[in-house]
Amino acid sequence: MTINARAYIAGVYEHPRREIPDRSIPQIHAEVALGALADAGLDPSDVDAYLCDSTAGFGAISMAEYLNLHPRFIDSTETGGSSYLVHVGHAAAAIAAGRCHVALITMAGLARSRRVAPTARSSGSPEAGFESTWGMSAVTGYALAAQRHMYEFGTTSAQLAEVKVAASLHAQHNPHALLRNPVTVDEVLDSPLISSPLHRLDCCIVTDGGGAVVVVSPEVARDIERRTVTVLGQAETVKHTDNGRIDLTFTGAAVTGPRAFAEAGVAPADVDYVSIYDSFTITVIETIEDLGFCEKGDGGRFVLDGALVAPDGRLPFNTDGGGLCNNHPSNRGGMTKIIEAVRQLRGEAHPAVQVSNCEIALAHGTGGSIGTRMGSATLILGQADA
Amino acid sequence: MTVPPLPVPAPERTPETDTFWDATAVGRLLLAHCDVCGTVIWYPKSYCPGCGGISVSWSEASGAGTIYSFTVVFRGPGPFRDAVPFVIAYVELAEGPRVLTNIVGCEPDQVSIGQMVRVVFSDTGEGSALYRFAPSEAASSGDM
Repeated sequence: MTINARAYIAGVYEHPRREIPDRSIPQIHAEVALGALADAGLDPSDVDAYLCDSTAGFGAISMAEYLNLHPRFIDSTETGGSSYLVHVGHAAAAIAAGRCHVALITMAGLARSRRVAPTARSSGSPEAGFESTWGMSAVTGYALAAQRHMYEFGTTSAQLAEVKVAASLHAQHNPHALLRNPVTVDEVLDSPLISSPLHRLDCCIVTDGGGAVVVVSPEVARDIERRTVTVLGQAETVKHTDNGRIDLTFTGAAVTGPRAFAEAGVAPADVDYVSIYDSFTITVIETIEDLGFCEKGDGGRFVLDGALVAPDGRLPFNTDGGGLCNNHPSNRGGMTKIIEAVRQLRGEAHPAVQVSNCEIALAHGTGGSIGTRMGSATLILGQADA
Repeated sequence: MTVPPLPVPAPERTPETDTFWDATAVGRLLLAHCDVCGTVIWYPKSYCPGCGGISVSWSEASGAGTIYSFTVVFRGPGPFRDAVPFVIAYVELAEGPRVLTNIVGCEPDQVSIGQMVRVVFSDTGEGSALYRFAPSEAASSGDM
Protein backbone atom coordinates (compact mmCIF):
# COMPACT_ATOMS: atom_id res chain seq x y z
CA MET A 1 0.00 0.00 0.00
CA THR A 2 1.24 3.47 -0.83
CA ILE A 3 0.45 6.72 0.94
CA ASN A 4 0.88 8.72 -2.29
CA ALA A 5 -2.03 11.22 -2.43
CA ARG A 6 -3.88 9.28 0.28
CA ALA A 7 -3.36 12.03 2.88
CA TYR A 8 -2.98 15.82 2.94
CA ILE A 9 -1.42 18.37 5.25
CA ALA A 10 -4.19 20.80 6.11
CA GLY A 11 -2.66 22.92 8.85
CA VAL A 12 0.72 23.94 10.24
CA TYR A 13 1.83 26.25 13.01
CA GLU A 14 5.24 27.33 14.30
CA HIS A 15 5.35 28.96 17.70
CA PRO A 16 6.45 32.56 17.09
CA ARG A 17 8.67 32.80 20.18
CA ARG A 18 12.23 31.52 20.59
CA GLU A 19 12.49 32.03 24.36
CA ILE A 20 9.43 31.08 26.41
CA PRO A 21 10.41 30.88 30.09
CA ASP A 22 6.85 31.69 31.19
CA ARG A 23 5.29 28.50 29.77
CA SER A 24 5.33 24.81 30.58
CA ILE A 25 6.15 22.34 27.81
CA PRO A 26 2.56 20.95 27.73
CA GLN A 27 1.29 24.53 27.45
CA ILE A 28 3.39 25.03 24.33
CA HIS A 29 2.15 21.71 22.90
CA ALA A 30 -1.40 23.02 23.42
CA GLU A 31 -0.66 26.41 21.86
CA VAL A 32 0.80 24.90 18.71
CA ALA A 33 -1.98 22.30 18.53
CA LEU A 34 -4.60 25.05 18.54
CA GLY A 35 -2.55 27.04 16.05
CA ALA A 36 -2.31 24.23 13.51
CA LEU A 37 -5.96 23.25 13.90
CA ALA A 38 -7.03 26.87 13.42
CA ASP A 39 -4.82 27.05 10.32
CA ALA A 40 -6.71 24.02 8.96
CA GLY A 41 -10.09 25.39 10.00
CA LEU A 42 -10.60 22.44 12.32
CA ASP A 43 -11.45 22.08 16.00
CA PRO A 44 -9.87 19.87 18.69
CA SER A 45 -13.06 17.82 18.67
CA ASP A 46 -12.33 16.87 15.03
CA VAL A 47 -9.05 15.16 15.97
CA ASP A 48 -9.18 11.36 15.94
CA ALA A 49 -5.43 10.64 15.84
CA TYR A 50 -2.63 12.10 17.95
CA LEU A 51 1.12 11.82 17.54
CA CYS A 52 3.92 13.39 19.57
CA ASP A 53 7.46 12.74 20.82
CA SER A 54 8.48 12.01 24.41
CA THR A 55 8.96 15.64 25.55
CA ALA A 56 5.65 16.17 27.34
CA GLY A 57 5.67 13.21 29.70
CA PHE A 58 4.37 9.73 28.98
CA GLY A 59 4.38 9.82 25.19
CA ALA A 60 0.99 10.53 23.64
CA ILE A 61 -0.83 9.57 26.82
CA SER A 62 -0.02 12.71 28.81
CA MET A 63 -0.88 15.19 26.07
CA ALA A 64 -4.01 13.31 24.91
CA GLU A 65 -5.35 13.87 28.41
CA TYR A 66 -4.14 17.48 28.62
CA LEU A 67 -5.84 18.29 25.32
CA ASN A 68 -8.84 16.05 26.11
CA LEU A 69 -8.38 14.08 22.89
CA HIS A 70 -9.92 10.63 22.42
CA PRO A 71 -7.73 9.28 19.63
CA ARG A 72 -8.40 6.14 17.58
CA PHE A 73 -4.75 6.13 16.48
CA ILE A 74 -1.72 7.14 18.56
CA ASP A 75 2.02 7.12 17.96
CA SER A 76 4.95 8.34 20.02
CA THR A 77 7.78 7.13 17.84
CA GLU A 78 10.94 8.75 19.21
CA THR A 79 13.71 9.34 16.70
CA GLY A 80 14.90 12.67 18.08
CA GLY A 81 14.67 15.60 15.71
CA SER A 82 13.41 13.47 12.83
CA SER A 83 10.41 12.18 14.84
CA TYR A 84 7.86 14.49 13.19
CA LEU A 85 8.72 13.41 9.65
CA VAL A 86 8.25 9.84 10.85
CA HIS A 87 4.95 10.86 12.43
CA VAL A 88 3.64 12.34 9.17
CA GLY A 89 4.37 9.04 7.40
CA HIS A 90 2.68 7.03 10.14
CA ALA A 91 -0.33 9.36 10.18
CA ALA A 92 -0.66 9.16 6.40
CA ALA A 93 -0.46 5.36 6.50
CA ALA A 94 -3.10 5.20 9.23
CA ILE A 95 -5.35 7.51 7.22
CA ALA A 96 -4.77 5.46 4.06
CA ALA A 97 -5.76 2.36 6.01
CA GLY A 98 -8.98 4.02 7.08
CA ARG A 99 -8.11 4.09 10.76
CA CYS A 100 -8.52 7.85 11.24
CA HIS A 101 -9.25 11.10 9.40
CA VAL A 102 -7.66 13.99 11.31
CA ALA A 103 -4.19 13.41 12.76
CA LEU A 104 -2.62 16.05 15.00
CA ILE A 105 1.18 16.03 15.47
CA THR A 106 2.75 18.33 18.08
CA MET A 107 6.19 19.09 19.48
CA ALA A 108 7.50 21.57 22.06
CA GLY A 109 10.48 22.22 24.26
CA LEU A 110 12.34 24.69 26.45
CA ALA A 111 15.94 23.94 25.55
CA ARG A 112 16.95 27.63 25.66
CA SER A 113 15.41 28.95 28.85
CA ARG A 114 16.06 25.77 30.81
CA ARG A 115 19.57 25.53 29.37
CA VAL A 116 19.18 21.88 28.47
CA ALA A 117 22.47 20.89 26.89
CA PRO A 118 22.10 19.15 23.52
CA THR A 119 23.90 16.02 24.60
CA ALA A 120 23.68 12.54 23.18
CA ARG A 121 20.87 10.61 24.87
CA SER A 122 22.88 7.57 25.73
CA SER A 123 22.58 6.87 29.46
CA GLY A 124 20.89 3.53 29.96
CA SER A 125 21.38 2.59 26.32
CA PRO A 126 23.45 -0.51 25.53
CA GLU A 127 26.23 1.58 23.98
CA ALA A 128 26.44 4.01 26.90
CA GLY A 129 29.47 2.45 28.60
CA PHE A 130 31.48 2.69 25.42
CA GLU A 131 30.60 6.22 24.39
CA SER A 132 29.87 8.37 27.44
CA THR A 133 33.36 8.50 28.98
CA TRP A 134 35.27 10.34 26.25
CA GLY A 135 33.88 13.86 26.68
CA MET A 136 31.41 13.59 23.80
CA SER A 137 28.76 16.25 23.22
CA ALA A 138 26.30 16.69 20.37
CA VAL A 139 28.79 18.55 18.19
CA THR A 140 31.53 15.93 18.56
CA GLY A 141 29.91 13.26 16.41
CA TYR A 142 29.25 15.74 13.62
CA ALA A 143 32.83 16.99 13.85
CA LEU A 144 34.11 13.42 13.42
CA ALA A 145 31.95 13.09 10.31
CA ALA A 146 33.09 16.44 8.93
CA GLN A 147 36.76 15.57 9.44
CA ARG A 148 36.36 12.28 7.59
CA HIS A 149 34.35 13.90 4.79
CA MET A 150 37.13 16.46 4.34
CA TYR A 151 39.76 13.69 4.31
CA GLU A 152 37.98 11.57 1.71
CA PHE A 153 36.55 14.25 -0.57
CA GLY A 154 38.55 17.43 -0.03
CA THR A 155 35.62 19.29 1.50
CA THR A 156 36.72 22.57 3.12
CA SER A 157 35.60 24.65 6.08
CA ALA A 158 34.79 27.48 3.65
CA GLN A 159 32.41 25.16 1.81
CA LEU A 160 30.69 24.20 5.06
CA ALA A 161 30.41 27.90 5.85
CA GLU A 162 28.41 28.48 2.65
CA VAL A 163 25.56 26.53 4.24
CA LYS A 164 25.41 28.92 7.18
CA VAL A 165 25.72 31.93 4.89
CA ALA A 166 22.71 30.81 2.83
CA ALA A 167 20.64 30.17 5.97
CA SER A 168 21.51 33.62 7.31
CA LEU A 169 20.52 35.30 4.05
CA HIS A 170 17.09 33.69 4.44
CA ALA A 171 16.74 34.41 8.14
CA GLN A 172 17.08 38.16 7.61
CA HIS A 173 13.56 38.10 6.16
CA ASN A 174 12.04 36.12 9.04
CA PRO A 175 10.92 38.47 11.84
CA HIS A 176 10.71 35.53 14.27
CA ALA A 177 14.22 34.18 13.57
CA LEU A 178 16.59 34.14 16.53
CA LEU A 179 19.55 35.27 14.38
CA ARG A 180 18.61 37.73 11.64
CA ASN A 181 21.96 39.16 10.62
CA PRO A 182 23.49 37.85 7.39
CA VAL A 183 26.98 36.44 7.94
CA THR A 184 29.90 35.93 5.58
CA VAL A 185 32.12 32.90 4.99
CA ASP A 186 34.93 34.73 6.80
CA GLU A 187 32.74 35.38 9.81
CA VAL A 188 31.96 31.67 10.06
CA LEU A 189 35.64 30.76 9.76
CA ASP A 190 36.60 33.43 12.31
CA SER A 191 34.10 32.16 14.91
CA PRO A 192 35.66 30.00 17.65
CA LEU A 193 36.34 26.33 16.98
CA ILE A 194 33.99 24.26 19.13
CA SER A 195 35.08 20.79 17.98
CA SER A 196 37.39 20.85 14.99
CA PRO A 197 36.69 21.32 12.15
CA LEU A 198 33.36 22.81 13.24
CA HIS A 199 33.16 26.44 14.36
CA ARG A 200 30.50 28.04 16.49
CA LEU A 201 28.68 29.28 13.38
CA ASP A 202 28.62 25.75 11.92
CA CYS A 203 26.31 24.83 14.81
CA CYS A 204 22.54 25.22 15.07
CA ILE A 205 21.00 27.54 17.59
CA VAL A 206 19.32 26.50 20.84
CA THR A 207 15.73 27.72 21.19
CA ASP A 208 12.51 27.21 23.07
CA GLY A 209 9.45 26.69 20.96
CA GLY A 210 7.43 24.16 19.10
CA GLY A 211 5.21 23.44 16.18
CA ALA A 212 2.34 21.32 14.97
CA VAL A 213 1.02 19.72 11.79
CA VAL A 214 -2.46 18.44 10.93
CA VAL A 215 -2.66 15.54 8.45
CA VAL A 216 -6.10 14.70 7.08
CA SER A 217 -7.84 12.25 4.78
CA PRO A 218 -8.79 13.26 1.22
CA GLU A 219 -12.44 13.51 2.30
CA VAL A 220 -11.64 15.99 5.07
CA ALA A 221 -9.20 17.86 2.83
CA ARG A 222 -11.89 18.42 0.20
CA ASP A 223 -14.34 19.71 2.82
CA ILE A 224 -12.15 22.41 4.32
CA GLU A 225 -11.53 25.78 2.75
CA ARG A 226 -7.82 26.07 3.54
CA ARG A 227 -5.41 25.11 0.80
CA THR A 228 -3.94 21.68 1.54
CA VAL A 229 -0.77 20.04 0.25
CA THR A 230 -0.44 16.43 -0.87
CA VAL A 231 1.64 13.82 0.91
CA LEU A 232 3.40 12.12 -2.00
CA GLY A 233 5.93 9.89 -0.29
CA GLN A 234 7.74 9.22 2.96
CA ALA A 235 10.48 6.86 4.11
CA GLU A 236 12.25 6.26 7.40
CA THR A 237 15.12 4.20 8.71
CA VAL A 238 17.76 3.87 11.40
CA LYS A 239 21.35 4.15 10.27
CA HIS A 240 23.71 2.95 12.99
CA THR A 241 27.32 1.95 13.50
CA ASP A 242 26.83 -1.40 11.73
CA ASN A 243 28.61 -3.45 14.40
CA GLY A 244 31.40 -0.96 14.85
CA ARG A 245 32.11 -0.57 11.14
CA ILE A 246 30.64 2.93 10.88
CA ASP A 247 31.06 4.89 7.67
CA LEU A 248 30.87 8.56 8.64
CA THR A 249 30.54 9.86 5.10
CA PHE A 250 26.85 9.13 4.58
CA THR A 251 23.62 9.41 6.54
CA GLY A 252 20.33 7.52 6.66
CA ALA A 253 19.14 9.77 3.84
CA ALA A 254 21.00 7.47 1.44
CA VAL A 255 18.35 4.88 2.27
CA THR A 256 15.26 7.03 2.81
CA GLY A 257 15.79 9.34 -0.17
CA PRO A 258 15.45 6.70 -2.90
CA ARG A 259 12.48 5.07 -1.14
CA ALA A 260 10.64 8.36 -0.70
CA PHE A 261 11.31 9.43 -4.29
CA ALA A 262 10.04 6.06 -5.56
CA GLU A 263 6.83 6.34 -3.58
CA ALA A 264 6.30 9.94 -4.67
CA GLY A 265 7.01 9.11 -8.29
CA VAL A 266 9.41 12.02 -8.66
CA ALA A 267 13.18 12.47 -9.01
CA PRO A 268 15.62 14.89 -7.35
CA ALA A 269 15.52 17.08 -10.47
CA ASP A 270 11.77 17.58 -9.96
CA VAL A 271 12.21 19.11 -6.49
CA ASP A 272 11.68 22.89 -6.29
CA TYR A 273 12.46 23.43 -2.60
CA VAL A 274 14.15 21.44 0.18
CA SER A 275 14.04 21.65 3.96
CA ILE A 276 17.24 19.89 4.96
CA TYR A 277 18.02 19.05 8.57
CA ASP A 278 20.75 21.46 9.61
CA SER A 279 21.88 20.58 13.11
CA PHE A 280 25.34 21.41 11.79
CA THR A 281 26.56 22.54 8.39
CA ILE A 282 28.07 19.12 7.64
CA THR A 283 24.62 17.55 8.13
CA VAL A 284 23.39 19.51 5.09
CA ILE A 285 26.41 18.65 2.94
CA GLU A 286 26.11 14.91 3.52
CA THR A 287 22.33 14.90 3.23
CA ILE A 288 22.11 16.64 -0.15
CA GLU A 289 24.63 14.11 -1.48
CA ASP A 290 22.68 11.19 0.02
CA LEU A 291 19.39 12.44 -1.43
CA GLY A 292 20.93 12.51 -4.89
CA PHE A 293 21.10 16.26 -5.51
CA CYS A 294 24.79 15.77 -6.31
CA GLU A 295 27.31 12.93 -6.35
CA LYS A 296 28.69 11.57 -3.08
CA GLY A 297 31.60 13.74 -2.06
CA ASP A 298 30.58 16.74 -4.20
CA GLY A 299 28.36 18.40 -1.56
CA GLY A 300 30.99 20.96 -0.61
CA ARG A 301 31.48 22.06 -4.19
CA PHE A 302 27.72 21.94 -4.87
CA VAL A 303 26.89 24.62 -2.27
CA LEU A 304 29.33 27.17 -3.69
CA ASP A 305 28.01 30.13 -5.69
CA GLY A 306 24.78 30.43 -3.74
CA ALA A 307 23.27 27.11 -4.82
CA LEU A 308 21.19 26.94 -1.63
CA VAL A 309 20.03 30.57 -1.69
CA ALA A 310 16.36 31.24 -2.48
CA PRO A 311 14.65 32.01 -4.68
CA ASP A 312 17.05 31.51 -7.57
CA GLY A 313 19.68 29.04 -6.39
CA ARG A 314 19.79 25.57 -7.92
CA LEU A 315 18.46 24.04 -4.69
CA PRO A 316 16.75 26.64 -2.46
CA PHE A 317 16.82 25.35 1.11
CA ASN A 318 15.58 26.27 4.59
CA THR A 319 13.99 29.56 3.58
CA ASP A 320 12.90 30.28 7.17
CA GLY A 321 16.56 30.42 8.21
CA GLY A 322 16.54 26.80 9.38
CA GLY A 323 17.99 25.48 12.60
CA LEU A 324 21.19 27.39 11.96
CA CYS A 325 19.48 30.81 12.28
CA ASN A 326 15.72 30.66 12.80
CA ASN A 327 14.57 27.97 15.20
CA HIS A 328 15.71 24.61 16.55
CA PRO A 329 13.18 24.07 19.34
CA SER A 330 14.04 21.46 21.94
CA ASN A 331 17.21 20.67 19.95
CA ARG A 332 14.88 19.09 17.37
CA GLY A 333 14.61 20.56 13.89
CA GLY A 334 12.21 18.21 12.10
CA MET A 335 8.92 19.97 12.74
CA THR A 336 10.06 23.34 11.44
CA LYS A 337 11.38 21.60 8.31
CA ILE A 338 7.88 20.33 7.50
CA ILE A 339 6.27 23.69 8.26
CA GLU A 340 8.51 25.71 5.92
CA ALA A 341 8.03 23.15 3.13
CA VAL A 342 4.25 23.59 3.47
CA ARG A 343 4.62 27.38 3.41
CA GLN A 344 6.59 27.11 0.16
CA LEU A 345 4.00 24.84 -1.48
CA ARG A 346 1.18 27.18 -0.41
CA GLY A 347 3.09 30.19 -1.71
CA GLU A 348 3.18 31.61 1.82
CA ALA A 349 6.91 31.85 2.44
CA HIS A 350 8.36 35.35 2.76
CA PRO A 351 8.16 36.97 -0.70
CA ALA A 352 11.91 37.51 -0.75
CA VAL A 353 12.53 33.76 -0.52
CA GLN A 354 9.37 32.28 -2.04
CA VAL A 355 10.27 29.86 -4.84
CA SER A 356 8.10 30.69 -7.85
CA ASN A 357 5.43 28.08 -8.51
CA CYS A 358 6.85 25.64 -5.98
CA GLU A 359 5.25 22.32 -6.99
CA ILE A 360 7.37 19.70 -5.24
CA ALA A 361 9.04 20.11 -1.85
CA LEU A 362 11.16 17.72 0.17
CA ALA A 363 11.76 17.76 3.92
CA HIS A 364 14.42 15.61 5.54
CA GLY A 365 15.08 14.94 9.23
CA THR A 366 18.09 13.50 11.03
CA GLY A 367 17.66 12.65 14.71
CA GLY A 368 20.42 11.34 16.95
CA SER A 369 23.90 11.80 15.50
CA ILE A 370 25.52 11.26 12.14
CA GLY A 371 28.62 10.42 14.21
CA THR A 372 27.02 7.31 15.72
CA ARG A 373 23.38 6.39 15.08
CA MET A 374 20.44 8.29 13.72
CA GLY A 375 16.77 8.07 12.87
CA SER A 376 16.34 9.44 9.35
CA ALA A 377 13.16 10.36 7.53
CA THR A 378 12.39 11.90 4.14
CA LEU A 379 9.01 13.44 3.31
CA ILE A 380 7.99 14.56 -0.19
CA LEU A 381 5.03 16.91 -0.58
CA GLY A 382 3.16 18.22 -3.60
CA GLN A 383 1.45 21.53 -4.28
CA ALA A 384 -1.83 19.98 -5.45
CA ASP A 385 -4.83 20.81 -3.26
CA ALA A 386 -7.34 18.07 -2.52
CA MET B 1 52.30 23.30 26.18
CA THR B 2 51.42 20.31 28.32
CA VAL B 3 48.40 18.18 27.59
CA PRO B 4 45.95 18.70 30.45
CA PRO B 5 45.00 15.52 32.27
CA LEU B 6 41.75 14.04 31.01
CA PRO B 7 39.04 13.07 33.47
CA VAL B 8 38.64 9.32 33.93
CA PRO B 9 34.93 8.78 34.55
CA ALA B 10 33.84 5.26 35.41
CA PRO B 11 31.80 3.66 32.62
CA GLU B 12 28.22 2.46 32.93
CA ARG B 13 28.45 -1.30 33.46
CA THR B 14 25.93 -4.11 33.16
CA PRO B 15 26.20 -7.86 33.79
CA GLU B 16 26.56 -8.16 30.00
CA THR B 17 29.75 -6.07 29.98
CA ASP B 18 31.40 -7.00 33.31
CA THR B 19 33.88 -9.37 31.65
CA PHE B 20 35.02 -6.59 29.32
CA TRP B 21 35.46 -3.99 32.04
CA ASP B 22 37.08 -6.36 34.55
CA ALA B 23 39.75 -7.09 31.93
CA THR B 24 40.49 -3.41 31.38
CA ALA B 25 41.38 -3.11 35.05
CA VAL B 26 44.33 -5.44 34.42
CA GLY B 27 45.34 -3.79 31.15
CA ARG B 28 43.64 -6.11 28.68
CA LEU B 29 41.36 -4.99 25.84
CA LEU B 30 38.94 -7.81 25.07
CA LEU B 31 36.80 -8.28 22.00
CA ALA B 32 33.69 -10.43 21.91
CA HIS B 33 33.46 -12.79 18.97
CA CYS B 34 30.60 -15.01 17.89
CA ASP B 35 30.95 -18.73 18.64
CA VAL B 36 28.82 -19.56 15.60
CA CYS B 37 30.09 -17.35 12.76
CA GLY B 38 33.24 -15.76 14.21
CA THR B 39 32.08 -12.14 13.76
CA VAL B 40 34.07 -9.70 15.87
CA ILE B 41 31.45 -7.77 17.83
CA TRP B 42 31.50 -4.08 18.80
CA TYR B 43 30.28 -2.64 21.10
CA PRO B 44 30.70 -5.62 23.45
CA LYS B 45 27.46 -7.55 23.85
CA SER B 46 26.14 -11.09 23.96
CA TYR B 47 24.34 -10.93 20.63
CA CYS B 48 25.99 -11.44 17.26
CA PRO B 49 25.00 -8.76 14.73
CA GLY B 50 26.26 -11.07 12.01
CA CYS B 51 24.11 -14.17 12.56
CA GLY B 52 21.90 -13.58 15.60
CA GLY B 53 23.92 -15.99 17.71
CA ILE B 54 23.78 -15.50 21.48
CA SER B 55 26.92 -17.45 22.39
CA VAL B 56 30.05 -15.31 22.42
CA SER B 57 33.62 -15.72 23.62
CA TRP B 58 36.24 -13.17 24.53
CA SER B 59 39.75 -12.80 23.17
CA GLU B 60 42.39 -10.17 23.74
CA ALA B 61 42.79 -7.55 21.05
CA SER B 62 46.24 -6.74 19.71
CA GLY B 63 45.85 -3.16 20.94
CA ALA B 64 46.93 -1.77 17.58
CA GLY B 65 44.82 0.49 15.44
CA THR B 66 44.71 3.43 13.06
CA ILE B 67 42.81 6.69 13.38
CA TYR B 68 39.68 6.67 11.16
CA SER B 69 38.58 10.17 12.19
CA PHE B 70 39.18 12.61 15.04
CA THR B 71 38.17 15.97 16.43
CA VAL B 72 39.95 18.40 18.71
CA VAL B 73 37.41 19.44 21.33
CA PHE B 74 37.52 23.04 22.56
CA ARG B 75 34.23 22.98 24.50
CA GLY B 76 34.10 19.95 26.77
CA PRO B 77 31.00 18.88 28.69
CA GLY B 78 30.89 18.45 32.48
CA PRO B 79 34.22 17.32 33.92
CA PHE B 80 35.86 17.70 30.50
CA ARG B 81 35.28 21.46 30.53
CA ASP B 82 38.69 22.15 32.03
CA ALA B 83 40.58 19.53 29.99
CA VAL B 84 40.38 21.29 26.62
CA PRO B 85 41.76 21.00 24.10
CA PHE B 86 41.55 17.22 23.94
CA VAL B 87 41.00 14.68 21.18
CA ILE B 88 38.10 12.33 20.54
CA ALA B 89 38.59 9.81 17.73
CA TYR B 90 37.32 6.73 16.02
CA VAL B 91 40.19 4.24 16.06
CA GLU B 92 39.91 1.29 13.69
CA LEU B 93 41.28 -1.69 15.59
CA ALA B 94 43.46 -4.17 13.73
CA GLU B 95 40.61 -6.66 14.29
CA GLY B 96 38.13 -4.45 12.41
CA PRO B 97 35.86 -2.48 14.74
CA ARG B 98 35.97 1.32 14.78
CA VAL B 99 35.78 2.40 18.40
CA LEU B 100 35.20 5.79 19.98
CA THR B 101 38.02 6.82 22.28
CA ASN B 102 40.45 9.59 23.25
CA ILE B 103 43.86 10.08 21.69
CA VAL B 104 46.47 10.85 24.35
CA GLY B 105 50.24 10.98 24.55
CA CYS B 106 50.72 13.76 22.01
CA GLU B 107 49.66 17.33 21.35
CA PRO B 108 46.21 17.58 19.73
CA ASP B 109 47.71 19.23 16.67
CA GLN B 110 49.91 16.15 16.11
CA VAL B 111 46.89 13.89 15.47
CA SER B 112 45.95 12.86 11.93
CA ILE B 113 43.71 10.42 10.08
CA GLY B 114 45.60 7.22 9.23
CA GLN B 115 47.97 7.60 12.18
CA MET B 116 48.96 4.31 13.85
CA VAL B 117 48.08 4.10 17.53
CA ARG B 118 48.26 1.64 20.43
CA VAL B 119 45.96 1.17 23.38
CA VAL B 120 46.85 2.62 26.79
CA PHE B 121 44.71 2.36 29.91
CA SER B 122 43.49 5.03 32.34
CA ASP B 123 42.42 3.56 35.68
CA THR B 124 39.03 4.75 36.88
CA GLY B 125 39.74 3.60 40.44
CA GLU B 126 36.47 1.64 40.36
CA GLY B 127 37.59 -1.73 39.03
CA SER B 128 37.84 -0.64 35.42
CA ALA B 129 40.06 1.36 33.09
CA LEU B 130 39.33 3.45 30.02
CA TYR B 131 40.94 2.20 26.80
CA ARG B 132 42.56 5.23 25.21
CA PHE B 133 45.05 5.31 22.38
CA ALA B 134 48.42 6.97 21.86
CA PRO B 135 50.62 7.28 18.79
CA SER B 136 52.48 3.97 18.41
CA GLU B 137 55.92 5.52 19.03
CA ALA B 138 54.78 7.28 22.20
CA ALA B 139 53.02 4.19 23.55
CA SER B 140 56.01 1.92 23.01
CA SER B 141 58.49 4.35 24.56
CA GLY B 142 56.27 4.89 27.58
CA ASP B 143 56.26 8.64 26.87
CA MET B 144 52.73 9.37 28.12
